[in-house]
Amino acid sequence: MSASPVADAIHAAKAAQGGALIGYLPIGFPDLEQSVEAAVALVEAGVDVLELGLPYSDPVMDGPVIQAATQAALVAGFRVKDVFTAVRAVRERVRAPILVMTYWNPVLQYGVERFADDLKAAGGAGLITPDITPDSAADWLAASERAGLDRVFLAAPTSTDERLRLAAAHSRGFVYTVSTMGITGARTDVDAAARTLATRLRAVGADPICVGIGISTPEQVHDVLRYADGAIVGSALVKALADGGVSAVASLAAALARGARDTPSLAD
Amino acid sequence: MALRDGEGPFFGEFGGRYMPESLIAALDELSEAWQAAKLDPEFAGELAALHRTYTGRPSIITEVPRFAAHAGGARIILKREDLNHTGSHKINNVLGQALLVKRLGKTRLIAETGAGQHGVATATAAALFGMSCTIYMGEVDTKRQALNVARMRLLGAEVVPVTNGSRTLKDAINEAFRDWVANVETTHYLLGTVSGPHPFPAMVRDFQKIIGEEARAQVLELTGALPTAVAACVGGGSNAIGIFHAFLDDPSVKLFGFEPGGFGLDSGKHGATLEMGRPGILHGNRTYVLQDEDGQTMESHSISAGLDYPGVGPEHAWLKDLGRATYRAITDDEAMQAFRLLSRTEGIIPAIESAHALAGAIQLGHELGPDAVILVNLSGRGDKDMETAGRYFGVLDEGGAEQ
Repeated sequence: MSASPVADAIHAAKAAQGGALIGYLPIGFPDLEQSVEAAVALVEAGVDVLELGLPYSDPVMDGPVIQAATQAALVAGFRVKDVFTAVRAVRERVRAPILVMTYWNPVLQYGVERFADDLKAAGGAGLITPDITPDSAADWLAASERAGLDRVFLAAPTSTDERLRLAAAHSRGFVYTVSTMGITGARTDVDAAARTLATRLRAVGADPICVGIGISTPEQVHDVLRYADGAIVGSALVKALADGGVSAVASLAAALARGARDTPSLAD
Repeated sequence: MALRDGEGPFFGEFGGRYMPESLIAALDELSEAWQAAKLDPEFAGELAALHRTYTGRPSIITEVPRFAAHAGGARIILKREDLNHTGSHKINNVLGQALLVKRLGKTRLIAETGAGQHGVATATAAALFGMSCTIYMGEVDTKRQALNVARMRLLGAEVVPVTNGSRTLKDAINEAFRDWVANVETTHYLLGTVSGPHPFPAMVRDFQKIIGEEARAQVLELTGALPTAVAACVGGGSNAIGIFHAFLDDPSVKLFGFEPGGFGLDSGKHGATLEMGRPGILHGNRTYVLQDEDGQTMESHSISAGLDYPGVGPEHAWLKDLGRATYRAITDDEAMQAFRLLSRTEGIIPAIESAHALAGAIQLGHELGPDAVILVNLSGRGDKDMETAGRYFGVLDEGGAEQ
């Protein structure tokens, strides 16, 4: 197995500060240039790993905030090749590893092998694939293995132990622990199911594990990092960018990063 | 292997289960329940009794000689799914899935709907079984099928107009999946067509294949032979696969699916997925998809809300590539002319969806000649389409005479 830049970054963050903060923003929102500025600002504010979304016409796992942003990006003329431009531009300025979050059809149409090669050449670390599971991803498993890219699959509270083992065995970078049954979007309580699922994932050997969906505040980041290796924040950052531009998303990222740093390195 | 034996998840290279992990457990549970039900005579008995006493099955066939006179003189026989309770073939699938849901112990049904026929059928089953019901319908469709919105609400369902994306059927499906992810413990997504992730394409087909099984025997009894050709409209493709299936292994019977050609294939405004799309993944299965170079789903267009979908069931994609079935496009206008022709020659007002199959049958009659026998699936009735048709033909008394 090849080394994983994402797993390395998460382990380093865990050693230094108790856990990693992973920030999501869509590419091309509000336009390509500002999406690059916003991504760079996230890292400068303390985000350890970037998750950059590829806007898609039918995002079934996304709530209203991300849907609105990705639809705006599509209306503004986003093209799949912009992903590589954006990843390259961000990597030229900051060192944090970048995972691209994408529904599967755009990759399939671009060509799985070609997408893997172009992402690798742009300096990308791998993909998060919300609408394919390892048992439906033979071509991606092969392409990521060949190109040396990370691949993050999701684990859900409803997954059987057998399926958790499948996600753990095939993910590289981290396992995306779906905190709650539902789509992306801020929630007042991050489900208790997340902690249970994290424990179940540990038991089947998943490492590292990061929790996402519904996390929007420094307190929630802090709480999640008591039992997980990383906390993923998406909709709250997208909303900050939509409402207040790059400076607003940078301040929120800084506050979230303080939530991550306040975590004791020995989980209680 | 007989063509009828396809059980999924794959039909050739099409089908599969490309879905978020959060829904895999529910899909597995549904697959298991369906496999168990298929082997359970009690389930088959319950469904058959419902069809006999509630749906009104078997549906009759009607030969339509005055209509056929406009189709080169071929014999044309309609399978009358329009006479089913709720007015279309959709009830066949809905009652089957609702019985499964009862076994799963779930208490809430959600569904997408385009024309509203599937939404009405689902709301009906929810009323019959005492379940709660939410229907997602594109905002564009709630306007052009306002009568069906009222019917669903009268039946006790909540109708949610979907305002994202193209505001039509594909976006209603997205919204239904989002609801399902959040509420899967209590809720069943009663998908209305032979699309979506496994087991839906095979399971919905199994609930719809009764159409062809009945029609095959009825045509044999009437004419002493199998039909020359079978015609059906194709959006997602459930009524078409329903009538095709019994004939898949009868090589003499030609199968024709008629897709919505909208303003014409050159206009870019159509829903002719099998003619103009290319393989991709949409709504959990690999199939033909109307998509741009980047794999972004394109908006389809049809005068018929029920056919206005940029994907198509994977079994149809497979039958197309095998050459077992032929798919063609019928424009909005061709469908509307056939709609009026059947109304005036036979006293039967078809759904605009089904009028695409009728327009196709007129073409086939001219091509196949007067010795041909063409079986057409009249998948639904046109009551819901009175406003659209009234406007189209200028037969409304007020405000409808523009065209």
